[in-house]
Amino acid sequence: MAGSKEIRMKIKSVQNTRKITKAMEMVAASKMRKAQDRMRATRPYGEKIRQVAAHLSTAHPEYQHPYLVQREKVKSVGFILVTSDKGLCGGLNTNVLRQLTQAMKKWENQGAKIELVTIGNKGLSFMQRMGGNVVAQVTQLGDTPHLEKLIGPVKVMLDRYTNGEIDAVYIAYNRFINTMKQEPTIEPLLPLAKGELKDNNNQANTTAWDYIYEPDPKAVIDELMVRYVEALVYQAVTENIASEQSARMVAMKAASDNAGNVIGELQLIYNKSRQAAITKELSEIVGGAAAV
Amino acid sequence: MTQLIHVDVVSAEEHIFSGEAEFIVLPGEMGELGIYPRHTPLITRIRPGSVRIRVAGRDDEELVFVSGGILEVQPDVVTVLADTAIRGHDLDEAKALEAKRLAEEALVEKSASLDYAKASAELASAVAQLAAIQKLRKTLR
Repeated sequence: MAGSKEIRMKIKSVQNTRKITKAMEMVAASKMRKAQDRMRATRPYGEKIRQVAAHLSTAHPEYQHPYLVQREKVKSVGFILVTSDKGLCGGLNTNVLRQLTQAMKKWENQGAKIELVTIGNKGLSFMQRMGGNVVAQVTQLGDTPHLEKLIGPVKVMLDRYTNGEIDAVYIAYNRFINTMKQEPTIEPLLPLAKGELKDNNNQANTTAWDYIYEPDPKAVIDELMVRYVEALVYQAVTENIASEQSARMVAMKAASDNAGNVIGELQLIYNKSRQAAITKELSEIVGGAAAV
Repeated sequence: MTQLIHVDVVSAEEHIFSGEAEFIVLPGEMGELGIYPRHTPLITRIRPGSVRIRVAGRDDEELVFVSGGILEVQPDVVTVLADTAIRGHDLDEAKALEAKRLAEEALVEKSASLDYAKASAELASAVAQLAAIQKLRKTLR
């Protein structure tokens, strides 16, 4: 009977695909939990460093750090693009890249130059295809990203900002909202928004006091600001990884479900064709017997 | 009753320690620092080394290793913003250069393949040398 072997083989291959997607779904699910924990673990540092920076800005107002100064005319913009290293995670990277290209187009129309730092493979290869001006990159961060790997690329951006080669820095990544929802986000990184560094603690404002600085205020503030920016970038990276894992889990779940549907349909076709063949054979026998 | 001071040790990657303490010792940039409650506000960089925290109600001290960072002291709160990596101006510079180099390399993929050809040629000659040495050893034996 024609076709039944092909259908059986097709069913087999879809079953194999389903096994793989199922396995990937479970791997992603367990990685996701860890990634979320890691994402939450970065928050206290960000909070603390923000508090200290806020204390500093109230305690030592005469030194204005360059990261806090809003520049009047933005001639060139830097983007830090955070993407995943691997694919098979639904529209995660596509969404953030689409939003970024729109933002870049907007800046280009205003006559601003654009420089890029990419974190992760997908963004890098996209930007290479598009001919973006990638000044620094880092890939293969793995599931447990280390701040150490980010220091270099972030420093490239910070140096260019301090030297006046770029006037604003944005970071593009996927914000993790919940397992089902990740939002591509572009946030301004530099200059730092002043509102964020406001001290909520009123008691610090009422009395005039200042720190003892060792070795001197400028060195300490400079270092603190660099740490602050790095912490923000690191946070974005961990959020992106958590987003990646949950997006992959959802995508793989959908793929497994689809495979299940396809198998069901194929099975039905197979059964029908088998039944048709049997009926045909029977009617041939009956027809033959009647002829005799 | 002894006075207590709240201590937080956090790094960008994790929350390391949080609790009330009687006394803290840590390596400041200008020398070893010992901090009791009601210390005057202070902010400084810290060098790689161990932070010793005498936790309230415990006999032993809590030891935390930090590879540098920033210390902030308020009369009733101590915050250690620990680094997770050994930092230094030159090291940071090297990392920045590395990131730039990677970007340039990725743009000019050709140079990478050239390097690969060169490396494989070197490897082949090294393998040949090794083989020659081994042969020599056998004949000497």
